[in-house]
Amino acid sequence: MQHTLVILVEDKPGVLNRVASLFRRRAFNIESLTVGHTDQPGLSRMTIMVDSDEANIQRLTAYLYKLVNVIQMHDLTATPKVSRDLAMIKVAADAQNRTQIMQIVDVFRARIVDVTNTSMIIEITGDEEKIEGFVEVLRPLGIIEMVRTGVVAMARGGNALYPPNGNGHHEYSMVN
Amino acid sequence: MKRTGAQIMWETLIREGVEVVFGYPGGANLPIYDAMLDYSIRHVLVRHEQGAAHMADGYARASGKVGVALATSGPGATNLVTGIATAMMDSTPTVFITGQVNSRLIGYDAFQEIDVTGITLPITKHNYLVTRVDEVEHAIREAFYIARTGRPGPVLVDIAKDAQQNTLDWEPETAPIKMRGYRPDYSPSDKDFQQALEMIRSARRPVILAGHGVLMSGAVESLRKFVERANIPVAMTLLGLSGFPATHPLNLGMMGMHGEAWVNNSIQEADLILAFGMRFDDRVTGNLKTFATGAKKIHCDIDPAEINKNVRVDLALLGNLRQTIDRLLENLETLDHSDWVNHIYALKGDSAVRDIQSLPGTDHLYAAHVVNDLWRYTHGNALVVTDVGQHQMWTAQYFHQDHPRRFLTSGGLGTMGFGLPAGIGAKIACPDADVWVVAGDGGFQMTQAELATAAQENVKVNVAIMNNGYLGMVRQWQEFFYERRYAATPMRSPDFVKIAEAHGLTGLRVTRRDQVEDALRQAHAAEGSVVIDFRVEQEDSVYPMVPTGADLGNMIRRPLPTPLVETAASED
Repeated sequence: MQHTLVILVEDKPGVLNRVASLFRRRAFNIESLTVGHTDQPGLSRMTIMVDSDEANIQRLTAYLYKLVNVIQMHDLTATPKVSRDLAMIKVAADAQNRTQIMQIVDVFRARIVDVTNTSMIIEITGDEEKIEGFVEVLRPLGIIEMVRTGVVAMARGGNALYPPNGNGHHEYSMVN
Repeated sequence: MKRTGAQIMWETLIREGVEVVFGYPGGANLPIYDAMLDYSIRHVLVRHEQGAAHMADGYARASGKVGVALATSGPGATNLVTGIATAMMDSTPTVFITGQVNSRLIGYDAFQEIDVTGITLPITKHNYLVTRVDEVEHAIREAFYIARTGRPGPVLVDIAKDAQQNTLDWEPETAPIKMRGYRPDYSPSDKDFQQALEMIRSARRPVILAGHGVLMSGAVESLRKFVERANIPVAMTLLGLSGFPATHPLNLGMMGMHGEAWVNNSIQEADLILAFGMRFDDRVTGNLKTFATGAKKIHCDIDPAEINKNVRVDLALLGNLRQTIDRLLENLETLDHSDWVNHIYALKGDSAVRDIQSLPGTDHLYAAHVVNDLWRYTHGNALVVTDVGQHQMWTAQYFHQDHPRRFLTSGGLGTMGFGLPAGIGAKIACPDADVWVVAGDGGFQMTQAELATAAQENVKVNVAIMNNGYLGMVRQWQEFFYERRYAATPMRSPDFVKIAEAHGLTGLRVTRRDQVEDALRQAHAAEGSVVIDFRVEQEDSVYPMVPTGADLGNMIRRPLPTPLVETAASED
């Protein structure tokens, strides 16, 4: 099944390579990966979507913690969370179908961020299903190009994934 | 104090306790070599950087200290790769320092530039690219800390030439290392210990599987106490050998692909497996689906990633093995498993008759006999380093090592060419030890250039080449599984006696059993290194053997009564 992993890493050169290389080396296929800064200096946060079973995710977790630059990781798959993906879609749009497209954009609560005589760029934020639904509706009208950020995710509720200056590694209790 | 990066590097190494480095100079580490002359550190000039890596590895295995190897950029760095991977697979604490081109040139394909941190990413525990003089000390200190703590392993530090040359107003850092993403120190909960003790007390047929972790964590004494209190027999992995005395009555011997039949059978019959610092490698377990299915399993290891990786366990005690065993001992009373131990002895059955030691050595020179003679002649006191192949298995089977860290071998990666350089490293770590390298004719030739290093450094290692004119282990597989089609395994070697003599060393040749002891005596008495060319039986095979993927209890046994080159088919 598809897992949503959130990984806090030190913001240093080569860390993205170390994480991505680990997935490759251990034969895990990354479906989506995003990375960016956090509110804490020196800390970056990755959201990685990977398709795997539970036992292998446990194995992957242990390998990730062996990377010296990985501070904390969480599997948010079963956790109540908000996940978002952002897409920009450039569609062919002229005077004849512009209104029709704008109606669709309205329904999906997307936004038009660029308009020319022959095209539009539409920005949409949402979970993956919403974006895929939107793309399917737009496809017959003529998609010129599209870009997606990949999923970012955050657990609902008041807790932080990583307390400032805390020791992130979780305690292993291995009684089955 | 004003210091160059190279000076800071050496002073930091010395503060980390380094006394010897193995290396090879070149353009990108010239400042390091120039600065070296001003410090009291022993440098061993190798003939190939792979040799430096294996020497640092052998040094670390024999001493328990961190081994250090030095190489230049580009080809110097890439030549280290096999040695680094060897250290990674066997978790030996090592630090590799490579020169890198000037930081301004990195990324421009400069002369002898190679992305060594990229190349070694999957074969190091961690690595560093140092481009500024003010990063040198920090990287070196962290490298040693990471190499020696937790599950040990190799760490590489790549230092750009300008970072070696530039100067800094520098005072040594003394604050302890703090790394928020690195955690070497797990310890099991009291509840886990309670559960482990209950499982140990209620077991009727327990077996300990002792691995490299026993040696790495310094648990040799603790393990002996534990075994004698709990009266639980011990099966050894290849890398575990010497972690528990081979001649101890509760030592069953080596398990796995070339383990003794009764050892593998007792594991299959066990109701509790105590895995101490071992990782259930495929060479040890055979078919995972049928591995010890009747046994509860307790896995004591320092690396969380090993838990439930190959074998699902019932309980894991995660942490330093010595501390784990000591804590178990605190609450463990004497147990009796004499029925079970007697049963295992009974499993030996006709093993003694099948044993190659029972074959007369009059007409043939068997490698196993040579190894056994070496063991007897040295009273088991030699520090034995093997290469990889048949002779490695025979040495594991017939050199009954009682002393910790005195059986060194490349297990995980199975690196041919490991033996001679690792032996040189071990001898430098333990100058008083009687170091014997046991190698095959194939593996020896991979790194035989290091004989010149041994000669130049006046390092005495005796080399026993089990020369059978084949790449023997591959030939054995061809015999068993490829209808004796000996593709590319017959090997014609140079005259090893002359090779030794060309290096100013002594070479001896042995073709008969009755010459073995005399040759060993001569080698022992000689001042420098001695190479002995043992012309052993050409088509002998290592028995027993669990074919890859077969059940652990399903072994090809040495045929009865005498012919040595029977095929597997005739046995089945």
